[in-house]
Amino acid sequence: MYKYDDYDRNLVLERVKQFRGQTDRFFSGDLSEDEFLALRLQNGLYVQRLAPMLRVAIPYGMLSSVQLRTLADLSRTYDKGYVHFTTRQNVQFNWPQIKDVPDMLQALSDVEMHAIQTSGNCIRNTTTDQFAGVINDEVTDPRPYCEIIRQWSTFHPEFAYLPRKFKIAVNACPTEDRAAIKVHDIGLEIVQNEQGETGFRVFVGGGLGRTPLLGSAIREFLPEKDLLTYLEAIIRVYNQHGRRDNKYKARIKILVKALTPEVFAQKVEDEWQHIKDSPAQLTNEEIDRVKGFFDAPNYDTVESTTSFEEQVASNKAFANWVKRNTNEHKVAGYSIVTLTLKKTGIPPGDVSDDKLELIADLADQYSFGEVRIAHDQNIVLADVKQTDLFDVWKKAQAAGFATPNLNMLTDIICCPGGDFCALANAKSIPIAEQIQTRFDNLDYLYDLGEIELNISGCMNACGHHHIGNIGILGVDKKGEEFYQVSLGGCSGLDASIGKILGPSFAREQMADIVEKIINVYIENRTDEELFLDTYRRIGMTPFKERVYAKAH
Amino acid sequence: MPKLIKDSQIVEDNWLIIDADFEGDLPEQEVIVPLAYWTENRDALASRSNVGVWLDSHQEPSAIASDVKSLPVIAINFPKFADGRGYSYARLLRERFNYEGEIRAIGDVLQDQLFYMKRCGFNAFAVRADRDIEQALNGLSDFSNSYQAGCDNPIPQFRRR
Ligand code: HEM
Ligand code: SF4
Repeated sequence: MYKYDDYDRNLVLERVKQFRGQTDRFFSGDLSEDEFLALRLQNGLYVQRLAPMLRVAIPYGMLSSVQLRTLADLSRTYDKGYVHFTTRQNVQFNWPQIKDVPDMLQALSDVEMHAIQTSGNCIRNTTTDQFAGVINDEVTDPRPYCEIIRQWSTFHPEFAYLPRKFKIAVNACPTEDRAAIKVHDIGLEIVQNEQGETGFRVFVGGGLGRTPLLGSAIREFLPEKDLLTYLEAIIRVYNQHGRRDNKYKARIKILVKALTPEVFAQKVEDEWQHIKDSPAQLTNEEIDRVKGFFDAPNYDTVESTTSFEEQVASNKAFANWVKRNTNEHKVAGYSIVTLTLKKTGIPPGDVSDDKLELIADLADQYSFGEVRIAHDQNIVLADVKQTDLFDVWKKAQAAGFATPNLNMLTDIICCPGGDFCALANAKSIPIAEQIQTRFDNLDYLYDLGEIELNISGCMNACGHHHIGNIGILGVDKKGEEFYQVSLGGCSGLDASIGKILGPSFAREQMADIVEKIINVYIENRTDEELFLDTYRRIGMTPFKERVYAKAH
Repeated sequence: MPKLIKDSQIVEDNWLIIDADFEGDLPEQEVIVPLAYWTENRDALASRSNVGVWLDSHQEPSAIASDVKSLPVIAINFPKFADGRGYSYARLLRERFNYEGEIRAIGDVLQDQLFYMKRCGFNAFAVRADRDIEQALNGLSDFSNSYQAGCDNPIPQFRRR
């Protein structure tokens, strides 16, 4: 895991001091609401429906147990004793007081955390695969590149007042994309060319929200040393030419679409020619230095014992969990464990202070003191010995983190919606709960196989509804809450944006509607076909007919 | 006389900014004219050494690329502090067009932008008139170092380790 040097620490402390000053100036009337808004947003501080909200950065989703315990502490001292993990691998406090935020930032800085650029129209936290560094088929560990981007984008002087927010995601797996790079402003796919050199395929102009679009590849191979200058060229073109007259058309995706990806790529190329050989070009030394922070931990050689196989054979619940919630690790004898935060009745992503501490204990005892946050709002213990899985499972189960529903219909991605968010058109958490309650039979869920169901409370799409196989969107009709359903979205390598099924539904209908959709799938699927495959094969019509059929 | 932050000092500002819709004859004193006026009267103005140009946030610096050697001041307007185009313009003027004269931020210029502006090549700041310029001066030193290359230091931090 990356460790701050004096230099990083100093910058974060200077930021705390700067923000404290800004907060004081706001309270003394020296800064207007509007001016403070732009400044507080670049520090993760929103003002929401019921209270302010502070979003803390978790660079590329990595957290140490020490940091987890600090989050728990802060949630007790300044909040209501829980935090919320988001689809952007960050964490949010839902109930802080503005006046306390400088102190919270101070406490965070002690454990190498901050809220820099977690919101606002600047370059946000760079996200990546939650299995980075431990999964077998990645080209190389993407985290060092994320850290290089993090440093470069932190307080980037030219790009602090972009037309709109800006998100970069990195994927290094040729077989799967857990970082959803095609729905980011810039998506970087790490690849190797024929000479075996590492570089990036660069996608640009993806994004969700009001106009969901998939990114276009504007460069097939960017040498790794050119990463930062090329990013700079892209964002400079955007900064100058992105629309500023209309907030809803301000994202880079609108510019790329208006110009066409080819013309946009040419502008970037022209810009880049001027800066590609500048001192901002990365050096091998720097890449190696940052890679050094992500060296493999001290893995033990795990003696293969029969006990693990016996535990699996003799305990069906454990076997289920192993099958669903663990992934193969690149080191023999180890597993990647996902703790699911999707127990029915608890809003997806929410974790209480005592549970945070429990996860920290699990990380210390079984996974080198580190965890990762996944974009689907679950928590990963990346390095667990197979011989420890049974213990981890028992402890996780007692805490409610072992619901073996990873990637199943009830592993719902859900934004905070109308319960917390000032922008919401409708609540989303109760919809998640309604669906989870309806589909509570695990055998049935396993039979259905992987299905992604995502819910957003408005078209900003924080809950990724466009890329859910089944997407649910809260809409407002004359002041009343309704829900629109879309089908066929997907965030992986073959990413696609879902299509709207038809007119929207009342809240209490939602579980019924989902059930009808599932039934159409069951009746039409062939062996081994997942929901998405069936949808792609048979199209929208059969689903539409069933859902909107007149009752006889 | 209005005040200006220039090269990290508070100084008297002698330059008069000419409005975008100005018509008629310019005063004899130091003036900063809008781009349109400059383009129209370029030949007549070129003989004066006390005329600068200001760019609005949608006017790219390439429009004055061939004049940068002779201009004593180039001002960039921030109609709203959140309009960040001027940051790129200043960098381009310094790094692409090798402009060495004064680059001045005008318009909605506030304390909290100064550090970034300085890094992008601005060396003069006409802080908004309703703000305390003494206090704004502090904004230039919010941070003691930076990761990325900028006009104040073209060598990024990773090459300075
Ligand atoms: C409660 C406070 C929140 C507010 C006010 C908020 C606001 C917004 C807005 C306005 C957008 C649309 C931006 C655009 O299209 O230009 C957006 C997008 C998004 N937000 Fe949030 N959000 C909030 C919470 C969250 C949470 C809790 C998550 C994660 C669970 C999240 C993740 C996202 C994602 C993934 C997008 C889509 C990104 C894209 O368009 O490419 N947000 N948010
Ligand atoms: S999708 Fe809408 S309701 Fe949900 S968190 Fe985002 S802005 Fe709020």
